[in-house]
Order: sequence, then C-alpha cells, then structure tokens
Amino acid sequence: MLQDSVQKFVQRHYSFDDRNAILASPIGYSEECWALFAELGWLTVPFAEEDGGFGGLATDLMVLMEEFGKAMVVEPFVPTAVLGGGIVAALGNAEQKSAMLAALMEGRLQLAGAFYETGGRYNLANVATSATREGEDYVVSGEKILVLNGAHAAGLVVSVRTSGDQRDATGISILHIDSASAGVKRQEYTTVDGHKAAQIRFENVRVPAANLIGEEGAALNALEQVVDRATLCVSAEAVGALDALLQKTVEYSKTRKQFGTAIGTFQALQHRMADMFIECQLARSIVMMAAMKLDSDIDADEKAKAVSAAKSRVGKAIRKVGQEAVQLHGGIGITNELDVGHLFKRVTGIETLFGNTDYHTARFAQK
Amino acid sequence: MNAEFTPQELQFQEDVRQFLEAEFPKDIRAKVDNRIRLEKDDYVRWQKLLYQKGWAAPNWPEEHGGTGWSAVQKYIFAEEMARVGAPEPVAFGMKMVAPVIYTYGNEEQKKRFLPDILASNVWWCQGYSEPNSGSDLASLKTSAVRDGDHYVVNGTKTWNTLGQYADWIFCLVRTDNSVKKQEGISFLLIDMKTPGIKVNPIYLIDGTPEVNEVYFEDVRVPVENLIGEENQGWTYAKVLLTHERTNIAGVPRSKVRLEKLRSLAANTADGNGGNVGDDPIFQKKIAEAEIQVLALEYTELRALAAVSVGKAPGPESSILKVVGTEVAQFIDELYMELAGLQSLPFVPDQFSADFAGVEIGENGAAATALNYFNNRKASIYGGSNEIQKNIICKAVLGL
Repeated sequence: MLQDSVQKFVQRHYSFDDRNAILASPIGYSEECWALFAELGWLTVPFAEEDGGFGGLATDLMVLMEEFGKAMVVEPFVPTAVLGGGIVAALGNAEQKSAMLAALMEGRLQLAGAFYETGGRYNLANVATSATREGEDYVVSGEKILVLNGAHAAGLVVSVRTSGDQRDATGISILHIDSASAGVKRQEYTTVDGHKAAQIRFENVRVPAANLIGEEGAALNALEQVVDRATLCVSAEAVGALDALLQKTVEYSKTRKQFGTAIGTFQALQHRMADMFIECQLARSIVMMAAMKLDSDIDADEKAKAVSAAKSRVGKAIRKVGQEAVQLHGGIGITNELDVGHLFKRVTGIETLFGNTDYHTARFAQK
Repeated sequence: MNAEFTPQELQFQEDVRQFLEAEFPKDIRAKVDNRIRLEKDDYVRWQKLLYQKGWAAPNWPEEHGGTGWSAVQKYIFAEEMARVGAPEPVAFGMKMVAPVIYTYGNEEQKKRFLPDILASNVWWCQGYSEPNSGSDLASLKTSAVRDGDHYVVNGTKTWNTLGQYADWIFCLVRTDNSVKKQEGISFLLIDMKTPGIKVNPIYLIDGTPEVNEVYFEDVRVPVENLIGEENQGWTYAKVLLTHERTNIAGVPRSKVRLEKLRSLAANTADGNGGNVGDDPIFQKKIAEAEIQVLALEYTELRALAAVSVGKAPGPESSILKVVGTEVAQFIDELYMELAGLQSLPFVPDQFSADFAGVEIGENGAAATALNYFNNRKASIYGGSNEIQKNIICKAVLGL
C-alpha cells in the first residue's frame, strides 16, 4: 500500500525534470510535495500508534525509503521525521510530544538532528558542544557539522554535553533549540547529492531548561538507537537507488550500439551486470534482515549490530553497483544530463552518512 | 635499467629541483595545494617558463625541441614535477597532436605548427569521440567532403576537453564511406575560429563544464591542413593513442598523493581520541595502494627500457592505462573516506581563487567527493579500460 502510494506520487510529481526544478529552487525541496507527504500519511510512518502515528515499524520505513531512493526524493523526511521526530518520540515528555509530533505529522513542523562535530568522525558520544545551566536556561556553545535540513528546520534537536569529558558516554543531553534563537549561526549549503544542510555554530545560545528532551546526561543510548533507525532508512533508500541504477544500466546496454551491436550482447558486460544484480539482491536481503530485527524484541546491542551489518554490506554494494553503472554508461554517466550520475552521487553520499562502510564493519565486529 | 640512480642522474635530479624551486610560480603552487582549479592562464604561464628553460617537451625528438633526455631523466623530471604539484603540460598539443605532426606531417606543417605548440602560443583540443562513436571510435560519422582547395566538414564531436580555451582542434573525419570503416578516416587540423563551429559545454556531475560538444556546420578547411594521406587517419590516430597511454600511468602523481594521504590520516581525528592513520583497516588500504603503485612503476620502467632500446611503445601500454587510472581512482576513494562527513558539502566556490568566506571542512575535505565523481572519467577516456583489455586480448594474448 505504501509502495503503491509513493509510486503514484512519483509518477505525478517527481520525474527527473521535476526533481531538477526542485533542486534549483531556493529552499531546495518542494513545499507542495511536503504537504502531500503529510496528506498521504507518510509523515506518520515512523511513529507508534500511541504517539498518533502509523505504527513506527522499521519494515514500513524500509518500503517507503526504497521508493524514495528510486526517485531520489530530496524532501527532508529523514532529518525531520526519523531523526528529530525520533528523538522526541523516544525521550520527550507528554507535553513535548503533543507540542511537536502532531505538528510534525501534519507537515507544519520541520526538524533537524545536529549530532556530529569536527574531529568526532562518526562517534555520537564525541560531544564537545557544551550546555551550562544558568538559572532557568541552558547556555549552549559549540559547533555541529552536516546538519541535514539544518538550513530550514524551525527546530534543531541538538546533542550537548552537560557534564563529563568530550567522549564520555554519560553527560550527553538533548536540547530542542529554536533555530531563530540569538547566537545560532548557520552556514547553509547543498550536499554533493542535492540535499540541503548546514554547519551550525552556537554562540552562547540561551535555551529554556524546559527544552531539555529526556533526562539530563543520559541521552546517548536513545540517540544511538534513533541514528540506527535513520541508518536503516538511508540503507533502504540506497537499495531503491541501486535497483534503479541496475535497471537503467541494463536498459541502456540494450539500446546503446557500438561495433554494430547493442553493447548488452557482449558477454564481458553481461557478467558485470549479473554481478550488479547479485549485489542489489544481497543489499536488499540484509536491509530486510535489519528492519525485521529492529521490529523484534531482541536487545539493543543486537539491533545495533544488525543495522551495522546492513550499512556495511550496502556500502560495499554502493561502491560496486555505482561505479559499474557509470562505467557501463561511459561518458554520459558522469554528466549532469542523465539521472544515472545523480543516482551515483546519492548512493555515494549515503555510503558516508551515519558512518561509512569501514566504520560499520568495525562496529559490527565490536558489538 | 638500474634501481639506483647514477651520480649524473642524481645531479640532474638536483638541477630539476632547483629549477622548480626557483621558477614554478608560487601562486600556481598555492592553487594546486589548495585544490583550486587552474585557469588557462596558469597552464600557459607555467608552460612558457618550461619552454624558456628548454624543458617543455621531454618526449619530442631533439630536432623539434625535445630535451634529448634518457628514459631515466624523463622519469626523474616527471617525479620532481609531481612532488611540487607542477601541472604537466596540457596533453592535447604537446603530447597528442605534436607526435602526429612530427611523425606524419609534411615539412610545411612541422614549421607551421610545432614551434607554437612548443612555446604554448596555441591551445589545442581533440575532436575524436562522437555521440554515437565512443568505444567504437572508427564508426565516426563527421564528414569531410572535398570542394576545390577545401574540405567541407559537417558533424558533431563530443567529450571535447577544455575546447572552450582552444585555438585549434585536431579531428578524425570521414573522407570515404565506401570502404571498411577504419580505411575511410582522415586526420584534419581545424582552426576553431572558422565559421560554422559551435562549442556547447557539457556539465559533469562535479558541476564543472570541463567537456564540450563541438558542432561543425559546413566548416571550410583548407586541404593543406590534412595530415599525411587522405584515409590514413586511423593509422595515425592509433599511434597517438599509444602515446596517450604511455603518459597515463600517473605514477609520480599517485605517489605524491599517497604520501600526502598518509600525513593527512595521521592528523585526522578518529573520534575516539586517536587518529585515522592508526586504524589498521585504513593503514591496510593505503599500503595496498602503495604496493600497486610500486608494481605499476616497475611495469612502466620496463616499458620505458624497451622504448629506449628502439621498440615503439606497444600494446603493453594498455596495462599502464588500466592500472594507472584504477589506482588513481582508488586513491580518490581513500581521500573521500578520510574526509568522512565533510566530503559531503557541495561548496565549489571555496576552491576558487577569490573565495573570501569561512571554509567548511579542513584540508580540502569538501573537494574529495567531487574529485571522486570527476575522476570516474579516467577509466572511460583515452580508450576505455574495456577497450584496453580488448587490445590486450587481441594484440598480446592472440585471442
């Protein structure tokens, strides 16, 4: 049902040309499409029924994200609904949930998760951004990098250090910071794969203590779980994009003629496309495995391990399928004119997001 | 071939170092170090300095302005150039059309074209590929029809690198439709200012208009611009492609990039209190690349030794193209992996000479994914790596 609904949406509103026009617009995503996301109920998918959501199953997110991946959807679904919304759902009190989640699901509230810092690489416990209590406020200072949707989100969900040293597992808290607050300095940019993001400096930003989400100093576990769900989401997105790359490459090889015949008739190239197909299937399988484990009752470490397995294996498939799709297309594959190059850039971006292949391979080994 | 340099060779190395230290413009070096794209003026200015020293074209015969260096000297020169980031001369004039002109051109053509190429007075570009003739280059359709003292050229060339800067283009054109496709091709030099030529940029996925489509509509080209004999162009082009491949291994540049990568990794925090350079997984990857470059380097030296005893560069040069481009692309991947999340911002303005804002990402991190994207071209151009393997199969293995 979800799959069907996204496919219809893509058919009507999200051709390659539609997407190019959206990328060229000032905010870099379509507000009309976002309103449709809300209307079609997609923004409720990440949330449990008791929070007013569709159920919050990872397997549903997987289906949705795979379709997004095929069409290279750039609307900030993951930053708003999975990262920002995910933190509120996991740690927020009743008041925060009712204030934020309904607005989010109705498409009225944009969020962003600001969790990474220079020098921290992919370690979510590496938090130097400090929040010091002063009366009824926290005063926040520090800098976050690669804040997806950070340029336009009204609400920033930020990991801050309220105690301990830079890499301590305890002492990490989450604050909801109004992006219009004095001292929030945003350097906005587009990512290489067409998404809007920002580097954000917090210069003595005063945040009401009521904006603390969850218990002070105890946010790391929930943060890691939320980022794991986002990781599963982009892995599923990559599965969709890789399928599109394979399908486009096979089609191209049937129509592109060199040496008097379609290049798809060359056995050397056929075998490479067969290898691409195998990679796509293994990627799909391992993402399904991880989604099913996230929806099960196993303990948090096992879930984390499953997600790292998926991200690691999908990363390997991304390298292989992405590069081969470009190579088999030849020069046209590295131009902006064809969707193949854009899919290649998106999957490459995903490879790095939330930890690259080596990071997740090592994390799998350690869990 | 010796693994150690002789005292004379060491002295030569010292001379090259001193020259580069004194003459390679500091502003161009700063651009290279900061990953700022070089402009036409940067290339031309540097090439003219090399020309004044007499070192513009080490590979040319001495009678036309070559240096008369041994293979080892050429190797030392390339290595020292790469060490300081000095750009190699733009290939199209110096390395691609010039060998064809001095090998197959007539005396008049040699006098007319070679001095300006050597002195970098004229910028050349290449007109080979066409929209429907890529790997199957010999199927090209751009036609040249004789009309009195002229050829009239019609057709479209594509993947034309930096043609927006070019004064002249060398083209493969079809002069006979009635014979086997390889036998009806001629090699024609065309002034880019001739009426009827239009250059349209093609944007690559890193956002740069590095290549063009070039349209020819009833372009009149004097017959004296034909190289060699009519319908022999394919033979000439094959020789040119072999030259292109011997220059494509890029060993010195890969060595320098790996050295820089190592030192960057040693200074890149891993997020756990150490640095990425200490990570055994990353160390293994760098080591594998270094070993591959070593194997490539000695393969190239063996090929050079064969050339120096009088053999023409043969189909073995396909190895250099395949391995040279693949290892360069692997190094691109490592730079991107090292940059991590900061490989993702698309901030190309940061890498322009007049950028005055606050830079995002350290040590050029934000250029790494773009380099990775852009350099996927390396396994496609110059005869794709698939074509190189076809050459090995046919010409070396006899399959």
